[in-house]
Amino acid sequence: MPTQLPADPASRPPRVSPLYDPRFRGAAYQILLLLAVGLVAWIAIGNAAENLRNARVASGFGFLNNTAGFDVNQTVIPFTAATSTYGTAFLVGLTNTLMVSVIGIVLATILGFTVGVARLSPNWIVRTLATVYVEVLRNIPLLLQLLFWYVAVLASLPSARDSYALGTSVFLNQRGLYLPRPLLAADAWALPIALAIGLVGTLAFRTYAKREQARTGRRLPVLTVGLVLILGLPLLAYGVLALLGIAPVALEYPVKGTFNLRGGMQLYPEFVALVLGLTVYTAAFIAEVVRAGIQAVSKGQTEAARALGLQPGPTMRLVVIPQAMRVIVPPLTSQFLNLTKNSSLAVAIGYPDLVQVFMGTVLNQTGQAVEVVAITMAVYLTISLVTAFVMNLYNRRVALIER
Amino acid sequence: MTAGAQPLTFVRREAVPASAPPSLVAGPLAWLRRNLFSSPANAVMTLAALAVIALVVPPLLRFLVIDAVWTGQNRDACRPEVIGRPVGACWAFVANKINYFVYGSYPIEERWRPNVFFALMAVGVGWMLWLDAPKRAWGALYFFVVFPVVSYALLAGVPALGLSSVPTSLWGGMLVTLIVSLVGIVASLPLGILLALGRRSRLPIVRLFCVIFIEFWRGVPLITVLFMANVMLPLFLPGDVTIDRLVRPLVGIALFSAAYMAETVRGGLQAIPRGQTEGAMSLGLSPWHRMRLIILPQALRIVIPGIVNSFIALFKDTSLVSIVGIFDFIRTIESARVDPTWAAPTVVMTGYAFAALFYFVFCFGMSRYARFMERRLAAGQTR
Amino acid sequence: MASSPVPTPTLPEADPDLAPRNTSATRLASAPTAVSLERVNKWYGAFHVLRDVDLTVRKGERIVICGPSGSGKSTLIRCINRLEEHQAGRIVVDGIELTNDLKRIDEIRREVGMVFQHFNLFPHLTVLENCTLAPIWVKKMPKAEAEAIAMQYLTRVKIPNQAHKYPGQLSGGQQQRVAIARSLCMAPKIMLFDEPTSALDPEMVKEVLDTMVGLADEGMTMLCVTHEMGFARQVADRVIFMDEGQIVESNTPEAFFRAPAHERTRLFLSQILH
Repeated sequence: MPTQLPADPASRPPRVSPLYDPRFRGAAYQILLLLAVGLVAWIAIGNAAENLRNARVASGFGFLNNTAGFDVNQTVIPFTAATSTYGTAFLVGLTNTLMVSVIGIVLATILGFTVGVARLSPNWIVRTLATVYVEVLRNIPLLLQLLFWYVAVLASLPSARDSYALGTSVFLNQRGLYLPRPLLAADAWALPIALAIGLVGTLAFRTYAKREQARTGRRLPVLTVGLVLILGLPLLAYGVLALLGIAPVALEYPVKGTFNLRGGMQLYPEFVALVLGLTVYTAAFIAEVVRAGIQAVSKGQTEAARALGLQPGPTMRLVVIPQAMRVIVPPLTSQFLNLTKNSSLAVAIGYPDLVQVFMGTVLNQTGQAVEVVAITMAVYLTISLVTAFVMNLYNRRVALIER
Repeated sequence: MTAGAQPLTFVRREAVPASAPPSLVAGPLAWLRRNLFSSPANAVMTLAALAVIALVVPPLLRFLVIDAVWTGQNRDACRPEVIGRPVGACWAFVANKINYFVYGSYPIEERWRPNVFFALMAVGVGWMLWLDAPKRAWGALYFFVVFPVVSYALLAGVPALGLSSVPTSLWGGMLVTLIVSLVGIVASLPLGILLALGRRSRLPIVRLFCVIFIEFWRGVPLITVLFMANVMLPLFLPGDVTIDRLVRPLVGIALFSAAYMAETVRGGLQAIPRGQTEGAMSLGLSPWHRMRLIILPQALRIVIPGIVNSFIALFKDTSLVSIVGIFDFIRTIESARVDPTWAAPTVVMTGYAFAALFYFVFCFGMSRYARFMERRLAAGQTR
Repeated sequence: MASSPVPTPTLPEADPDLAPRNTSATRLASAPTAVSLERVNKWYGAFHVLRDVDLTVRKGERIVICGPSGSGKSTLIRCINRLEEHQAGRIVVDGIELTNDLKRIDEIRREVGMVFQHFNLFPHLTVLENCTLAPIWVKKMPKAEAEAIAMQYLTRVKIPNQAHKYPGQLSGGQQQRVAIARSLCMAPKIMLFDEPTSALDPEMVKEVLDTMVGLADEGMTMLCVTHEMGFARQVADRVIFMDEGQIVESNTPEAFFRAPAHERTRLFLSQILH
């Protein structure tokens, strides 16, 4: 080799002044940061402890076992003012939050996808209408929309005596929305089981159809068979039970009395306003997510699929949607999270969600701010972090393999 | 290869002139056909959409304009039984209360101060958002340092300078809404940039700290943050220090929006190719200079639309301070609508319509600006 | 692969004494060392990118480094100005040893210019600002002086009239010439070129190579990673062939192309010189 070693290879490299050594500097910065954060935390905790001592506020989580002594008008789990504890009140708030969120997510997704697809419609009027919907609703604060639904719309509904009626079994008045309540008979378990069998059967048939297509190229009518199984089996079960003289599902209809409606299922105006507001607001954002997702699949992809001779249906199903979903799912999840977090605006219209019950009433009664705030925030954080974790797994799974 | 009757070689002698398309391809009729009635399903959709429009637009117009009451001094102007016709929006109510909506209970003789504040704000925002404005660095200094200090002195008052002090409990309406939003943006942008840089740092503890900070605030609803600021901030300070009722939610909003801002800025930082850092390194620029002269100017430029969008979200979110007892715009509407002098059936709806209009105009305007910026950035650096 | 015909005539062995007969070699023999690498080793995770690389570059020497992709040639020159950190061995640039010392790294980067494959011009600054940035902020030069120097170099790379445009408005070849001018504005003692023509359209390669030849004629110490073999023949004092992180062969261009000694060199040359 023409290269020569000019210096003695054993000679030691020159010493580095710690002031100019990036490793030393890095360590120093980090220690400084830790010290600063620690100092601030220490002072804050010290102050808090002293303030709480002076205000004679109890500490610890023992209050969760104390009797609450207030009432909550809408609960998923049983709650009575006289005997239930603050711990139960927490669970009431949590279940209400989760219920509103799940219902809101389902409705907002349906509405959002519809509007999102309409935004890309070739039909000018439909497209414009969808655009107006999105632009108007997402540019007005959710709080204002909730107040609008709750104060301006629902409160101006007629009293119970002059309820709006939809047919003979659905009523709408100031006190909320009245729907027939389904009552399940003892033998009603057959219906969900039939549905489950239908679902499993459809999945099995799909697997079989895929294998069959891979083997012979023949395609089986998965959609038709699936619909027959999923819808047909429960209907069949219902019919069989009915033939045996058992009514598996009875409906309890609300009945109009002189001053009030009795029976049926009452949805309180707070709940209706919250679900309406959350759905309509979040749908506008979901629509944008969907539009962006579909537009992110380049036109070249559709053209290439069509050039290969794929029909528009399979082009959509096999090429466009899988790619669009990759783009849609992560922001969609964050919209779901937003909806869940936004459900805390319930406090503004008095729906007993986690924040209203726990951060509102319980905090006021016990004064244990630190514990109550910590628990409430921990709940939302847990929901967010679990969702983020699941999302990361999903992203890793669908990530395009690229160099 | 069979050439058929076509000769193998061909040279064009005269050009084919462009001609107008047949009427099936262009013109208003063709447009209608293509866009609205291209297929039976499409025609059905068109009709359905027209039905929705027919259902929504006329009542809306009737309420907002045709049946609206424009002038009046009290509820009688807006009561159908008094004026003997159906009553739509009661704009007289808004006109009567407009000063309350804008300034809250800010003393009447001192209202020139909020007006000066609005003007100063307009200058600052314009300077920041107009990309080709002269001396934008000075603009930033003005907006992030001079403007907040001057505004505080102006609004709160400096008795030494002859400005009587006005307690924050008297501030209200759009004034407070704008203050909360501006404090949010002015505090969150620098903090957000720091957090974004920290999250991309190679120092593990710094990174961890920033990740925890960002994810914590992004994981909880703003309303819980405001509650926390209200009840816990006084706890964390020494017993003898009191903290202004308006400042508490401001601290909460600043931290909350900083976390979102950090994620926006991080997106911009990630979009700068690694070669930019390497190019700057090879020229011998120090890490600080690399960040200040090369990376941040480009990253911040990219994220202007993102920042504007965060600001829209923040602006809407400020309405939540009304829940913790701050007299912002929403709260003034809420308290004005129950005023007995204006007890009329449509007053509530009118108040909300006015509020919706106010927020819509601001947010829609800003989102248009963000869209315009996006398009301009997409067009590239060629100017 | 092994049986593919190799066009270059197989010589018994490469003559190790070819180098001293070269005129430039005699010119360089007495020149001081500009860069020296001793047993430099680097790993990306478990991947051993540089293996015991030894290289001494004399002042004024022009070296062309070639080799298949992934052979470590870019990594090698990026180690010289610490864009990459080597994990074992010594790198001494202009008498300064590269350590973790930030001061030394700054010093070395001031003396070493680099031109990248993708130019890495700063798109938010004009051509002139790109050139004056480092002199102003690193060398603390007055603005007027920095601009005068920048214009001088822009004139040399034949684009003085584009000074107030933004990089995005220039062609690839012009951008690369700006990048060269930008490096020269720091008056570097050594220039590193990392595949400067690979990202260019064919018709723009020549204008960049001409600029580089001009630079070589002025006696600049240059290390070029490039596959432009015509350039190597014309200006290089030495051609180095790398493969799998090692220097496989190093020789004068004349001998390198006429009589490549190593099997892999021959295979490589047969693939790039059709």
